[in-house]
Amino acid sequence: MKFYHYLWLIPLFPLIGAAINGLIVNRRGMGKNLAHTIALIGSGLAWLWGWAAVLQWYLTEDHTKSYVVKAFTWMSGGMMPLFGGGHAPLEISASYQIDPISAVMVSFVTFVGFLIHLYSVGYMHSEDDRAYSRYFSYLNLFMFAMLTLILGANLPVLFVGWEGVGLCSYLLIGFYFEKDWCATAGKKAFIVNRIGDFGFLLAIFFTFEYFGTLDFVKLSEIMSAHHAAAQWGGAATLIGLLLLVGAMGKSAQIPLYVWLPDAMAGPTPVSALIHAATMVTAGVYMVVRTNFFYHLGPQAMLGVAIVGGFTAFYAATIGLVQNDIKKVLAYSTVSQLGYMFLGAGVGAFAAGLFHVVTHAFFKACLFLGSGSVIHACSGNQDMRTMGGLRKYMPKTYWTFLAATLAIAGIPPFAGFVSKDAILGKAFEAGFTDLNGFGTAYFVLWALGLAGAALTAFYMFRLVFMTFHGEFRGTEEEKHHLHESPWTMTLPLQVLAILSIFGGIVIGFPGQLFHKEGWSFIDGFLAPMMVGVHEHGEHAISFGLEWGLVVLSVLVACGGIFVAWSMYKKDPSFSVPKSLAERFPRAYQLLLNKYWVDEIYDVLFVQACIKLADLLWEFDARVVDGVVNGTRHLTVGTSFVSGIFDLRVVDGIVNLVATINYRASGAFRRLQVGFTQGYAMVMVFGAALLLAVFFISF
Amino acid sequence: METQYAYLLNIICYLPLAGAVMLLFINKENVKAIKTLATTVAAIDFIVSLPLWFLYKPEGAEFQFVTKVDWIPSIGVQYFFGVDGFSVLLILLTTLLGLISIYSSFTAITNREKEYYVFLLLLQVGMLGVFCSLDFVLFYVFWEVMLVPMYFLIGVWGGPQKLYAAIKFFLYTLVGSVLMLVGILALYFYNSTGLEAIGLHGLGNAATFAVPSLYAIAPQIPASLQFWIFLAFFVGFAIKVPMFPFHTWLPDAHVQAPTAGSVILAGVLLKMGTYGFIRFSLPLLPDATVKAAGWIGVMAIIAIIYGALVAMAQKDMKKLVAYSSVSHMGFVMLGMFALNQAGLRGSILQMLNHGVSTGALFLLVGIVYERRHNRMIAEYGGIAKIMPVYATFFLIITLSSIGLPTLNGFVGEFFILIGAFAHKWWWALFAASGIVLGAAYMLWMYQRVFFGELNNPKNKELKDLNLREQWTIIPLIIMAFWIGLYPKPFFRIMEPTVNRLIHRIEVAVPDFQPEQQIAVSSAAQHEEEPGHAEAEAEE
Amino acid sequence: MISATHYLILSLILLSLGLIGVMMRRNFITVLMSLELIFNAVNLNLIAFSYQLGDLSGQILAIFVITVAAAEAAIGLGLIIALTRLRNTVNLDEVHEMEG
Repeated sequence: MKFYHYLWLIPLFPLIGAAINGLIVNRRGMGKNLAHTIALIGSGLAWLWGWAAVLQWYLTEDHTKSYVVKAFTWMSGGMMPLFGGGHAPLEISASYQIDPISAVMVSFVTFVGFLIHLYSVGYMHSEDDRAYSRYFSYLNLFMFAMLTLILGANLPVLFVGWEGVGLCSYLLIGFYFEKDWCATAGKKAFIVNRIGDFGFLLAIFFTFEYFGTLDFVKLSEIMSAHHAAAQWGGAATLIGLLLLVGAMGKSAQIPLYVWLPDAMAGPTPVSALIHAATMVTAGVYMVVRTNFFYHLGPQAMLGVAIVGGFTAFYAATIGLVQNDIKKVLAYSTVSQLGYMFLGAGVGAFAAGLFHVVTHAFFKACLFLGSGSVIHACSGNQDMRTMGGLRKYMPKTYWTFLAATLAIAGIPPFAGFVSKDAILGKAFEAGFTDLNGFGTAYFVLWALGLAGAALTAFYMFRLVFMTFHGEFRGTEEEKHHLHESPWTMTLPLQVLAILSIFGGIVIGFPGQLFHKEGWSFIDGFLAPMMVGVHEHGEHAISFGLEWGLVVLSVLVACGGIFVAWSMYKKDPSFSVPKSLAERFPRAYQLLLNKYWVDEIYDVLFVQACIKLADLLWEFDARVVDGVVNGTRHLTVGTSFVSGIFDLRVVDGIVNLVATINYRASGAFRRLQVGFTQGYAMVMVFGAALLLAVFFISF
Repeated sequence: METQYAYLLNIICYLPLAGAVMLLFINKENVKAIKTLATTVAAIDFIVSLPLWFLYKPEGAEFQFVTKVDWIPSIGVQYFFGVDGFSVLLILLTTLLGLISIYSSFTAITNREKEYYVFLLLLQVGMLGVFCSLDFVLFYVFWEVMLVPMYFLIGVWGGPQKLYAAIKFFLYTLVGSVLMLVGILALYFYNSTGLEAIGLHGLGNAATFAVPSLYAIAPQIPASLQFWIFLAFFVGFAIKVPMFPFHTWLPDAHVQAPTAGSVILAGVLLKMGTYGFIRFSLPLLPDATVKAAGWIGVMAIIAIIYGALVAMAQKDMKKLVAYSSVSHMGFVMLGMFALNQAGLRGSILQMLNHGVSTGALFLLVGIVYERRHNRMIAEYGGIAKIMPVYATFFLIITLSSIGLPTLNGFVGEFFILIGAFAHKWWWALFAASGIVLGAAYMLWMYQRVFFGELNNPKNKELKDLNLREQWTIIPLIIMAFWIGLYPKPFFRIMEPTVNRLIHRIEVAVPDFQPEQQIAVSSAAQHEEEPGHAEAEAEE
Repeated sequence: MISATHYLILSLILLSLGLIGVMMRRNFITVLMSLELIFNAVNLNLIAFSYQLGDLSGQILAIFVITVAAAEAAIGLGLIIALTRLRNTVNLDEVHEMEG
């Protein structure tokens, strides 16, 4: 049996799980054990089938090509006119494909997804039965949507998954819907994502109108044709930028990042799965998937890099001062996503995707660890009232520390390998003056490097505030502190191991040791990247390469050291406090996230509502006013015409009547009422007529 | 023309009439019998209409199941019934929604039940007649027949301002239909003897009101005459759609009408306008259509955005849904006047989608209204906790309404947008913003009604849906998923209609698609279209 | 030989008698009988001309007139009965409700 012939089964398993949980278990209130068993089976089968399919495909098929499985024809729109003047049939099939990019994604998404399902069993156990089964139903539904997203073989199917994950995100952020702010956060996420979808949809339309197809395989062929750059350069730039708008929404990049920090309102495993490891990387995945557009449209690629670089730095600055443990991780996610975009934007699509994978490991570990902490602290998320948790929950601490080292970029942890690959490529792009935007790329590299220092700082600040020192909460809370059950710690341990070794294993930085081919992921993904394999030669020297590595390690260590001196050495946190007092404006600016939410609220949300109210007034007063005005006018006219009718028209009628009345008074005397009188008149009349007749002839 | 199974259409159309007559003989105290009979008749009508789906042959003649008998031979009026794929879909929608609306009224209507169900059944006769008629006079008769029961449904069983709403509805539609009649007569006289009194020279053909015969002369109609007839038709149909700025009867009528009335109004009556455009305006007046397309497209975009924004400002759930209808029908018009395959297909599909989604939304709003006698959004909040089934249904329908993929709204909107894009690319740019706004107002309403804390003590006792209420919604949810996941059968049925329509416009106006000059000059220089070439190679 | 003229003279006499009866008599029944005389005068005329001209349609018309006269008599008698019931009289001078 060929597992990869039935690719559609991978998303189908969790979908069935979601349906059973949502329609039967939830409605009947059938208990938690059944609910999580079904969910685990659903996601577990997806994991097993996914890995089996990937492995089998890798071993038996040509893994430089896409293998497409068509399930059925979804939409058929007939022959459509194209921009170029020709026609093409708009046939969209529900097809799935497996190729190196989706193979990488499927491998880690199914695996991490399963781990987080397992973790949720422990984390959500205190929910009531219905909420519990609802939760697992949503989580399985998310797996379906995410797998559809990464396995889809054309843009519309990708869009199905894209919207599907958005929906699940909406549902899971608003999981505690009795709390108004949770529901609001969910809605915000959905609507901000919709703004991105707007760009995505337009990109789909442009793609079809230029190329007459939406299939990735065909698009890739068109774009790798000989004269493609000259012919399609402009179109590719346009489409690339529109796709970037979509990616900005989904992957929480400037300016559409605002929903992600709010999204932490959802349960923590959700934050780990959706808002750190998988869904938010969908934007990066899409950019990598459509790398042929970016390859031909250098301006679009620069756009990706600019968005990524600035977000990486900007979000890190906000992360410096946040006190909510999940908020810190949220901004760190935004920042890390920025690195992935930076990677894609400098043409290092493989490195970007590599960082997606390693980020999934360490960020999922961090979120799950924070969930474990929150669990222990009875739902408290404020780091100022934590501290010293290392004693109470050693497993959580050690796994958390491993993941923190990874994100901070300490070799040989996973985050170091992938982040350094991105920064190296960014530097290289500047150095080789890629597409003539060398200066811009240098600036972005510097931003990335600065962001790395900030990352190391705020992550260790988090670790020190949470796990070191003395516990700062109440005695009662202290009494509660405990290590989490195995369902929660097992995923943590697995993810921690992956955070340590995952990077080195799948993406060994061979260029540092003159072993270019040792990076499995680079070689694996290369066939998918249009034009990348053309200049495989390294432009920067061996020494410079090492210099960059040393620089970024030094920067990371510097960040850690500052965090240590501010938050570990001095348990009263006097330095940061005095800093906050000395620079109140800067501190408030960062603490309030640059007031971007407030600005957006005034600029867009309130403006939109104002406009809506205004138009509603317009509708009620003016448009309907015209109608009602016509009515009043008609009524008024009819009143006037009523008077006219009464006096003039009726007057004439009455006049005629009066004349008739008077005249008839004269004639009525003729009517005597005697029948025989009439008969006599008639006879004499007839006689008279006869007489006249005879006389005249 | 295929006359096979001609009796089918007549049965479908007149069965509700027979039911209404039978209802008259039941004692009005015997409410149970009245409900049973009305529901049974509607159910049989739906079942009888199902064979159309299977018996209609897309590859066959344009009009099938044809009945054609002389009616008033002196002026060429015929009793002419027949359907193509487009009207088959709408007939099925009508019988389905007719059944659901009757079934949903059991507890909502508590006075004058007998008259109520008689009117509902009569309304169904009118609607089905409109979709079956292929003779203009017959069409016009049914068109007017439809008005009267609706007028009474709003005026007798409506809300506090029912009389105002009913009269507004009646006058608006009457103005439209009178102008439409003028247009019909102009076409009739042009085809036959002409009307020398106003300088209209006729073609001298045999006098007829039959639509297929008039299709044949469409290319000969002079542009100036087309313009005036188009204008007359436009007002008539645009009021019915309703297009901005003729829409203000809609919110009033919807809000005041009883639930079933709103369902029928949104689900079927609004489709009369778009049906009229596709059946008459586009094929009969191709030249005027092509010339007007630009303007109507802009009006449709205004309707999309304007309707969405006004919906956002509403505090009354029913009014919100009513304004969302304005927005959705704007999509239908936009796709239609894109005048290409995807646009028209999307437009026709979106008519069904709107019937399903908005019909279901009105049903759902009606359900809480029945419990609380209040439709204000602010009165609710947090009811997802006590009405989980209701919340789930409402969510699914909300998502279908905002066009989430795998649900019906997406397929329609996607095709409409891609069609609009292929026609004039900036159309899609503006129209797509309606999708963002749609998500905003629907989810905002959903949040305010279902999420948050259950603060209002009046809501504490709300009961979740009972079985009957669930069964009024479930068919629509199934439809929503079916169209969203596997719309192919629908496209198969509507395909010949769309093909013929485009062909007719092409014959009359050979190059009717606007040339799009887009930033990338190289695209135009390209000699062969790679997509096209490859698609052929694949086959 | 009796010529058409004789018939016409008889007919004229009958007509005159009938007209005088209709105009002068007070009794409704007599008036009705006088009317019959007028009818018969006309019938006589018709038959006479029919015989003279050899055209049967005159005779057919006469039969038609007889039929109509029968109907007329029935209605007339009916009116008389109604009048008798209402007024207890058959004197036409006493009936002048329609006086203007």
